[in-house]
Formats: sequence, structure tokens, C-alpha cells
Amino acid sequence: MAWTREQMAARAAKELRDGFYVNLGIGIPTLVSNYIPEGMSVQLQSENGMLGMGPFPYEGEEDPDLINAGKQTVTELPTTSFFSSADSFAMVRGGHIDLSILGAMQVAENGDLANWMIPGKMVKGMGGAMDLVAGVKKVVVVMEHVAKGKDGSESPKLLKACDLPLTGTQVVDMVITDLGVFTIDKEGDGGMTLIELADGVTVDEIKARTEAAFKVAV
Amino acid sequence: MKKVHASAKEALAGVLRDGMTIMAGGFGLCGIPNVLIEAVKESGVKDLTVVSNNAGIDGAGLGLLLETRQIRKMISSYVGENKLFAQQYLAGELELEFNPQGTLAERIRAGGAGIPAFFTKTGVGTLIAEGKEVRNFDGHDYVMETGLFADVSLVHAWKGDTEGNLIYRKTARNFNPMMATASRMTIAQVEHLVEPGSLDPDHIITPGIYVKRMIHVPDVEKMIEKRTTRERPAA
Repeated sequence: MAWTREQMAARAAKELRDGFYVNLGIGIPTLVSNYIPEGMSVQLQSENGMLGMGPFPYEGEEDPDLINAGKQTVTELPTTSFFSSADSFAMVRGGHIDLSILGAMQVAENGDLANWMIPGKMVKGMGGAMDLVAGVKKVVVVMEHVAKGKDGSESPKLLKACDLPLTGTQVVDMVITDLGVFTIDKEGDGGMTLIELADGVTVDEIKARTEAAFKVAV
Repeated sequence: MKKVHASAKEALAGVLRDGMTIMAGGFGLCGIPNVLIEAVKESGVKDLTVVSNNAGIDGAGLGLLLETRQIRKMISSYVGENKLFAQQYLAGELELEFNPQGTLAERIRAGGAGIPAFFTKTGVGTLIAEGKEVRNFDGHDYVMETGLFADVSLVHAWKGDTEGNLIYRKTARNFNPMMATASRMTIAQVEHLVEPGSLDPDHIITPGIYVKRMIHVPDVEKMIEKRTTRERPAA
């Protein structure tokens, strides 16, 4: 049985370490904040200018001046600091953030990432994604293993090479899908390795639904 | 020299002309200079190039200037929340230049600081780097981006004194401090206008030298784009 969104978020949370500064993307990555282990100090960075992001506010306590990068209302913590967008991306680009967890449309076996643009469709923009993948120390992608078309057809998202416009080249360290976990040797030539299987998923099933070449070390 | 003006219209008097470049602070609808944007709309100035992280939403923020077709070109990082924007863009009526958010912020910071260009690793090997100089430093490739400078910057601040010293509140700071530095004519709307000496000089984010004109907007309407809450624990 494949992992649910919650199980994928819980698996991604295992990449957190005490003292980490972490940026979470929109969607499944946001759920990771629910799985920070008790007693572990993890500060969440929001690229619109906040470090130390708290949970959503109680109803009636929303503050229009206090939002996350997804424009949702959030709260402060005793550890919170606020800063400008330039300072925020100095933090990102300068390699001060330990971990970025984000979604993707496609990932290639060399660590190339595409997650911002489908040619011919309205382009919303890359926001901070290009800066995050270029600058953050470790980049973890959380996504469905395959893309499902409206007619029920499947197309692989883990590819030999991305065919969508790139967000970054050789930037992804780890991919967590509903079927398993892969590491990518983005700077060397070690390629992609399957290191974990979701409960009840077989290596053959993953091979059948993956275009990228990968080693198996489960 | 008096910086404080009685209204947004008065503050904008003599500074607007067709075809000019305007920077507008804010992230989403948070920390946007909405009263000044409304006055730009009323002025009827057109063919504007607007530098702003987003383009507002339908009916609010820079969305107002899209309705009246006063914007010719946007320089932004994300415009997903605006149907009118998509419509005008797909019809070829609106030009769009996407910048990665950090590159946009740094281009504005550089422009204000007198730095004509800089190298960043953001966007290397992507569409963003096409046609731009790429240079290798210490074994890594970086793409050259240029500084941005505008004719007018419109910013929103929480507190300001009559000298133009500004303090921002929470995540409403975002692009406002850099934009305040990156034009010859920065106009600030402030929620609380105070006398010099009332602000702690150690807490001032934007020194008054950058702010040429100001207006007081004590009861400014602030919108929430995505209201998210959690349940209160049972008492």
C-alpha cells in the first residue's frame, strides 16, 4: 500500500535534526510541521520575512500583517524574528538554511528539478523556489510518484532528464514519494538510489512506474 | 522641508507621468501601499512598468491598476492569484518579466545601493539565465543580474516620524525597505505618524533620507488573502 500524504510528511520529518532552520513549501511539505518530534528545536523560515513561524492563529486572532509565504495567516513564537525580503533571501542564498522541503512536477536522476512552469499554460511564477533550491544546504522533494492524467493515464515524474523548464540544475538530495524514498548524489556521479519502500510496495512496482535509472539499497 | 502631505493625491502631485516605472511594496496583500495605489488609479497615468512581488488580487492592490489597464509591464516573482492578470497577459496586452523572488529583492536592494549588477547562483541553467552573463567563481557558476531603480517607490510602514524615519510591522515589512531606497521619489503611507524623537533610533529600519513624501493612513483597511485558523483547545 502506498503512503498517504500524512505518511509522506511524517517520513520527510525524519530528515529534521535538532537545531535545524527549515523552509517548508506549500502542500504536503507544510504538513511536515505537524511531525516535528517533541523536544527537538526546529525553527521554520518563511521567505516573506519571518524566522520562527508558529501555527495558524485561533479564530478571531488573525493578523493581516502576519502571514506565511503561502499568504496564510500564522502566529509568532518567542523565538520569532522578522526581516526584509532581501535579508530573507540572503539567508537562503547564503546557505544558512539547513533544509528545504518542497513539491515538484519532475525530478531527474542527476538532481535536476522542475516545479514552476508548464509551457503553454498560464505561468504563475517561480516565487522563491529557484532561490531556495540554489541556496539551501539540503533539498528534499515530496511528491506523488507518478502524474495522473484526466483520462486515468500515468506518466512518470522521476525521469532520466526533465522535459519541463527547470527550477534548478543538480539541486535535489532526496525524493520522498508515495511509493518510497530515493537519495540523489547531486554533486557526484553516483546517480539515484532507492533506499526505502512504502509498506507493501515492491521494487518491481517502483521500477515499472519510474523512468529514471536507480540503484536499489533497501 | 515638509514631507507630510494631507492626502495621497497631494503626495503624488507632479510626480506621475505616462510610461514611468513604479515600485510598490508588499507581499500578496500584506504591507501594500493600497491608499497610494488607489491614488495612482485616480490619476489616470498609464503605460506603467510596475515592480512588485505580486500583482494584487482581482479588485484589490495592484489589481485595481489592471482593471483600468494602466499597467503595461509587470516585474514580479509570482502572479498566481489574479484572473484579470492571466486574461490580459494571455491576450498579449500585458508584458511580464518573472524574477526569482530573491533575485528580485536583491536587484532592488542593489539598485538602491548604487550597485549596477551582481552575480547569483539562483537560476543558473534555467530559462532565467538565458542571454545573461554566466561567470565561474571558485568552481561554481553564477548568473549576472542587474540592479533595479524606479522613478517612484510606493511603500507602506507601520510607524513613521515627520522626518520620514520608518518602522514596519511583522511580515508587512517584506519588500518595503529595499523599495524605499531604490527610487528618486519614495512616498510612504504610515499607519501611525509621530513627531521626531518618538521612535527609538535603534529601531528605525528605513532612515528618513530615503523618504521624500509621506501620508498618514490611520484607519487603513488591511485585507487577508487566505484566512487560516486552528481550533481552540477545549477549556
